[in-house]
Amino acid sequence: MAEPLTATVRPALRATGLRKRFGDQQVLDGVDLEVAPGSVHALLGPNGAGKTTTVRIVCGLLRADEGHAEIAGHDVVAHSRAARGALGLSGQYAAVDEHLTGFENLHLLGRLYGMSRRRAADRADELLERFRLADVAGRRSGLYSGGMRRRLDLAGALVARPQVVVLDEPTTGLDPRSRLDMWGVIEDLLVDGVAVLLTTQYLEEADRLADLITVIDRGAVIARGSAEELKEQVQGATLALRVRHDSGLDAAARALASVGTGTPTADRRTGRVTVATDRGPEVMADVLAHLSRDEVELLDLGLHRSSLDDVFLALTGHDAGTPKEGGTA
Amino acid sequence: MSATPAETRSGVKSEATFLAAGAETLRNGYVLTGRNMRHVARIPGRITTGLVQPIMFVVLFAFVFGGSLGGEDYRRFLMAGIFAQSMVFNASFTTVGLANDLQKGIVERFRSLPMSPLAVILGRTTSDMVVGVATLVVTALCGLLVGWRVEGSFADMVLAFGVLVLFGFAMSWVGATVGVFARTVEVAQSAGLIWLFPFSLISTAFVSAENMPTPLREFAAWNPVSAVATSVRDLLGNPTPANLPQPDTWSLQHPTLYAVLSSLVVLAVFMPLVLMRYRRLTRG
Repeated sequence: MAEPLTATVRPALRATGLRKRFGDQQVLDGVDLEVAPGSVHALLGPNGAGKTTTVRIVCGLLRADEGHAEIAGHDVVAHSRAARGALGLSGQYAAVDEHLTGFENLHLLGRLYGMSRRRAADRADELLERFRLADVAGRRSGLYSGGMRRRLDLAGALVARPQVVVLDEPTTGLDPRSRLDMWGVIEDLLVDGVAVLLTTQYLEEADRLADLITVIDRGAVIARGSAEELKEQVQGATLALRVRHDSGLDAAARALASVGTGTPTADRRTGRVTVATDRGPEVMADVLAHLSRDEVELLDLGLHRSSLDDVFLALTGHDAGTPKEGGTA
Repeated sequence: MSATPAETRSGVKSEATFLAAGAETLRNGYVLTGRNMRHVARIPGRITTGLVQPIMFVVLFAFVFGGSLGGEDYRRFLMAGIFAQSMVFNASFTTVGLANDLQKGIVERFRSLPMSPLAVILGRTTSDMVVGVATLVVTALCGLLVGWRVEGSFADMVLAFGVLVLFGFAMSWVGATVGVFARTVEVAQSAGLIWLFPFSLISTAFVSAENMPTPLREFAAWNPVSAVATSVRDLLGNPTPANLPQPDTWSLQHPTLYAVLSSLVVLAVFMPLVLMRYRRLTRG
């Protein structure tokens, strides 16, 4: 299903055939990725799909059983130093030192990248300004809000002006306002020509930020393309309804099958049934006719243009964000 | 740990490269020492524990056990043991500090930097050594209050504290190894600190080994803690009371030499061990 990767520019990050097994669980089963400079590549998948494992391998924090990863042309294992020199990582849990101030956190990283005190201080000030943390630069980061910590963590990833920035679920656990903030910050990165690899379980986030989306599920790539291309895979529109009683579920599924282009998906827990359709709104009248004949009571009925959510559902057979059994991210 | 071909540094490195890498590690170790010292200053419990603990030991041993062990004479004998013991306990800061950084994801961040893993541990053990020196100073002041005195030459006193600091640094690498294995503060604080008690107490730091069962007596005689305490006692000119006879093993006949050698052996064993474990973190 995944299209062959065609790169016009030399990719800043490339991973090929990554496989990783933890115990008897195959966490990654042949993942390929490329990120071009100045673009965002989103790795989209539910919890336990293998996103974080992929990121940790690409960043050289975890060794793959098979496959290779390179950053700015440097193999992350054989030339880990050079690779790490071109990399900025912002992890899932903001790794800021809570006993240090915002300024001290960035200054420390600058020093560890080999900068002089002066240069590290200038760079820290610059980043604090850019990430709107200048006001709290002298305050201990342990007192920051979740959104501020994430911004500080991301600023930390940028200290050495990396060519590749890897963001592991940068907005997980943030309130909507902070999430919007973070999106703006990530979009700004592209101005510098940075290649961004972003993992997310939010379809909206991938839709908004990514030039290219790779959908992974159970450690394997199941689709790849731009948001538009992926949406086209689920043609036309989605017809969705919810039944009042479980008993109406089968009849509703039959009704939708007769008007849809694919097999309807029914969720017994929520009573929701969906199907892809290439027909217009008049299809709803047909559905209602079917259902009133079968005496099925509806809670709601709707027709909407396919979203990435529908793509995800169609590709994986389950909702985005639904943790699977035994999954480790 | 099996080294993959890719892991072995490819090609021949010139001496200059090695020197540059060494200098960079020291520099980063220094930067991280600064970071850790800030922690010491900002986490109130940390320094308090480091300073109150030895005071507590001085008071407990001097007045609880000291009364029946020889009063004033015992207190002169005791202080070297307290010094040695506080160097052992200093390793607990390394264990907990490192486990804390691992748990909070700070180490993950450090590992994504183009920096030698040695620098991370070195920064930790060095800052803990600084805290160790502060502990020694406070303990010594406390000792002066209970009647202990330096009875040897100034040069010997410097040597005595040199032996203690080297031993404390070596113990800190043991603590670092425990911390990297523990990986979480909870494990580090429970299982990770248990060894401190038998290691420091099955020794001649506070008592004679005379009345211990044979295996413990042998252990005590060859325990570096005994050698460090005896060495410091000799160098400071603090006499051993007649009621506390010391074993006449080679280790305690040449306590300073044995203390230094055993510290170096500990470093030679635990430095590679902690690095090996640290590198293994990449194998998840």
